[in-house]
Amino acid sequence: MSRWKSFPKPLPGDWLVLAACLALVVLLFATLWHPEQAARLQIRNGDHIYATLSLNQKRILDIPGPRGVSRVTIDQGRVRFLSSPCRNQYCVHQGWLNRAGQAAVCLPNQVSLELMGNDKSYDSLNY
Amino acid sequence: MTRSIIEINTTPDDHRIARLAALAIGLHLLEAVVPSPLPGVKPGLANIVTLYVLYRFDFATAAWVSLLRVVAGSLLLGNFLSPTFALSLSGALASLLLLRFATHLPQQWFGPVSLSVLAAFAHIAGQMLVVWLWLIPHAGVAYLIPIFAAVALFFGMINGIITARLLRDNQATTETVLNHGEIK
Repeated sequence: MSRWKSFPKPLPGDWLVLAACLALVVLLFATLWHPEQAARLQIRNGDHIYATLSLNQKRILDIPGPRGVSRVTIDQGRVRFLSSPCRNQYCVHQGWLNRAGQAAVCLPNQVSLELMGNDKSYDSLNY
Repeated sequence: MTRSIIEINTTPDDHRIARLAALAIGLHLLEAVVPSPLPGVKPGLANIVTLYVLYRFDFATAAWVSLLRVVAGSLLLGNFLSPTFALSLSGALASLLLLRFATHLPQQWFGPVSLSVLAAFAHIAGQMLVVWLWLIPHAGVAYLIPIFAAVALFFGMINGIITARLLRDNQATTETVLNHGEIK
């Protein structure tokens, strides 16, 4: 580390800028990395919206699809697939969803769950 | 039909800018080979050339070197006019804009490290603006901003220190050049 001696030392103003920018970085982490709590659930059946529900409830829903009925449970801020008539059960294995932006999909039965926050979000991106 | 020869008269300034831009492009290409954990996160070594040129010559030369590097570098890497190019260009323009005014900071207190860090933050700010307005208008990019800021701080500081060392080591050369009135 004595190699550092061969480099010029930062000037007083430099230290000020470094400290200010470090503070900015910390601030950014604190404000932007706060995960947004999910507020609503949007269930899609095929390509239309089946229901948009609040997560503040304890309820079990049955959503019909081409393969059968997918059972979904909402439990005070979190949601998951309980059962689904598909072979691989990926949707069920997704487990609990509780943050905005998370989604679970049963492709064979064409049922999807998406959690949304309070603001309007985009459901497709193109570029 | 008589042949015509088009001669472009180049000044020593042109040659100097070309040489410096070539150096920056070389560094840019070298960096493109190094893998990075997150797309677009790079040490930005070519910015050392921009900053060095800013100190040793003037803002116009630095702007030329920076923008030539962005354009030529993208042509060489094959991403001219792609979203990558848009990000590279917006970052370069934003940091140049900042440098234009940051040079007014008293040099006794604020050295290359300050300029490098501030320019790095301006760079990511310019890029985030393009991303938000055009490329990925999704709230999810908010998760990337703190990471890019941390990287900008770290590499901005390192590049600034390297630039300061280069300026100090070449001070003797600069003085000799100025004394002899020769531009090399």
